[in-house]
Amino acid sequence: MSNVFAGQVLTLAQRSVVRTVRQPANIVFPLVFPLLLLAVNAGGLDAATRLPGFPTNSFVAFALAIPFIQGALFATMNAGTDLARDIQTGFLNRLALTPMRGIALLTGQLGGIVAMGVIQSLVYLGVGLAVGVRLESGPAGALVLIVLAVLISIGFGALGAFAALRTGSGEAVQSLFPVFFVFLFLSSMAMPRNLIEIDWFRAVATANPVSYLIEAIRSLIIVGWDEEALALGFGFAFAITVVAVALASMALRTRLARS
Amino acid sequence: MTDRHGIEAQGLVRVFKKGPRAVDGIDLRVEPGEIYGFLGPNGAGKSTTVLMLVTLLPPTEGSARVAGYDVVSEGPHVRASIGAALQEAALDPLLTGREHLRLQTTMHGMSAADRKQRSGELLERVGLTQAADRKVRTYSGGMKRRLDLALALVHSPSILFLDEPTTGLDIQSRLALWAEVERLARDEGVTVFLTTQYLEEADALADRVGIIDHGKIVAEGSPAELKAQVGRPTVEVVPADREERDRAAAILARFGEPCGSAAEGVAVRLRSGEADLAEIVRALDAENLKVEHLQLHQPSLDDVFLAKTGRSLEGAGDEEEVTPAAELALDRA
Repeated sequence: MSNVFAGQVLTLAQRSVVRTVRQPANIVFPLVFPLLLLAVNAGGLDAATRLPGFPTNSFVAFALAIPFIQGALFATMNAGTDLARDIQTGFLNRLALTPMRGIALLTGQLGGIVAMGVIQSLVYLGVGLAVGVRLESGPAGALVLIVLAVLISIGFGALGAFAALRTGSGEAVQSLFPVFFVFLFLSSMAMPRNLIEIDWFRAVATANPVSYLIEAIRSLIIVGWDEEALALGFGFAFAITVVAVALASMALRTRLARS
Repeated sequence: MTDRHGIEAQGLVRVFKKGPRAVDGIDLRVEPGEIYGFLGPNGAGKSTTVLMLVTLLPPTEGSARVAGYDVVSEGPHVRASIGAALQEAALDPLLTGREHLRLQTTMHGMSAADRKQRSGELLERVGLTQAADRKVRTYSGGMKRRLDLALALVHSPSILFLDEPTTGLDIQSRLALWAEVERLARDEGVTVFLTTQYLEEADALADRVGIIDHGKIVAEGSPAELKAQVGRPTVEVVPADREERDRAAAILARFGEPCGSAAEGVAVRLRSGEADLAEIVRALDAENLKVEHLQLHQPSLDDVFLAKTGRSLEGAGDEEEVTPAAELALDRA
């Protein structure tokens, strides 16, 4: 990687972070909303831990995986909306007139998402530990958890970037949010799959990749080192990232169709 | 300035997927160091022409060379030679002026030392040193345009494209920008391609003017040459009693041929020039026709536009305005 390219990526990533930091709503909601939902769920669904076969006696520990996914969704939407705004205002045209390589823009944008993903993961993990959750995989598991959460953020972030680049519309990006949330609710978010009694729900949750992302994070918190869960979680996160980055790269090529 | 090429275009056409023939066969030649004013109403095709010349939009037909490079096959060379401030001041309201310059200089691959020096120079030149560390959302329209200009100049381009650079600015900001554009052309030999819908801007700044309407250039020349084509001054009379408009028209017809005027008035292009004015006043007085308003107009670029298109430039842009970003979005969605 040349110095010029590295400088471009770093500067664009910094811009992405600075822009997020200067919009308090873009920080507060991704941090606070998932934790509030965690508090509500933990209070209301604690009785679920008494079900035979429930994998832990702490619902907070069970549900702590959810904020990592929700946080990634929020960050994705915000980053995608910012990129769409760049298209609408002509800022992308300004960048297109420089010798910037298209891949630098995408990498820089995803670099900003990585930074936000690390911050969010540290906060969620810190709050979990502060309320008494014990991380069964230990300190190394915390590191793996953060890596997985960041990989998920990159995958979702690239999907947001794809939507922004394809449509050029912030509204279109935001309309993805409820779609992602449906995927989240139709997963093993609130109950282990083997304890879901409704057949169609269990089938949908089993086919839903989000279940495996949550279960991989959850395994590090309540199980320890579950190789199958981690392999599936990392596998799906990696696959989503590869497909989304490929789609976003193609959309960027069309969007930056300078001669 | 080592590059002594300007801008050339032959038969440039742009047809949008679901839209009109926005540019319909434009031929252009802009000499190095020249300020070329591209004048026309909203929707005339000015911005689309600029987008093609700066390589952001491929022509449907025709060819163009900018700074000696083909806009289709040598895009990177064209972009390295030009600076552009497109129609909207495309700035990030959350970044400061200095952060914008840091971003732009980094994208151009400058070293850290060069970035700092060039940013300082440009902030000083456009009078934004004091405001450099304020977020752009606190800037006035004039400050945004000046920052926009500074960003277009970071890599010392030999050709500068300014798309309606003073639209929406107050007169002081407009004059300051005009002074900087003149200085760039005069002192640094920068070729300037400037689109505008303001007659006085083209008149004051441009060495030559191309008037565009419905995607075609309808007139081209220096402002003086164009006005000379229209030739004689006009006089406009608004009678105190609007019912007497026909009688006023009959009196004025003795002095010249009718031409366009405001709805409540009548106007003629004078056969014998300004010398007729006293005779007109005497004739109106002799006919006992009371006049609310009488005005002599020297030929303007608006008269040229009127003569070439049959419409006045003021208010001619009745088409929906499409911004460059919107044009690209339409084309690439």
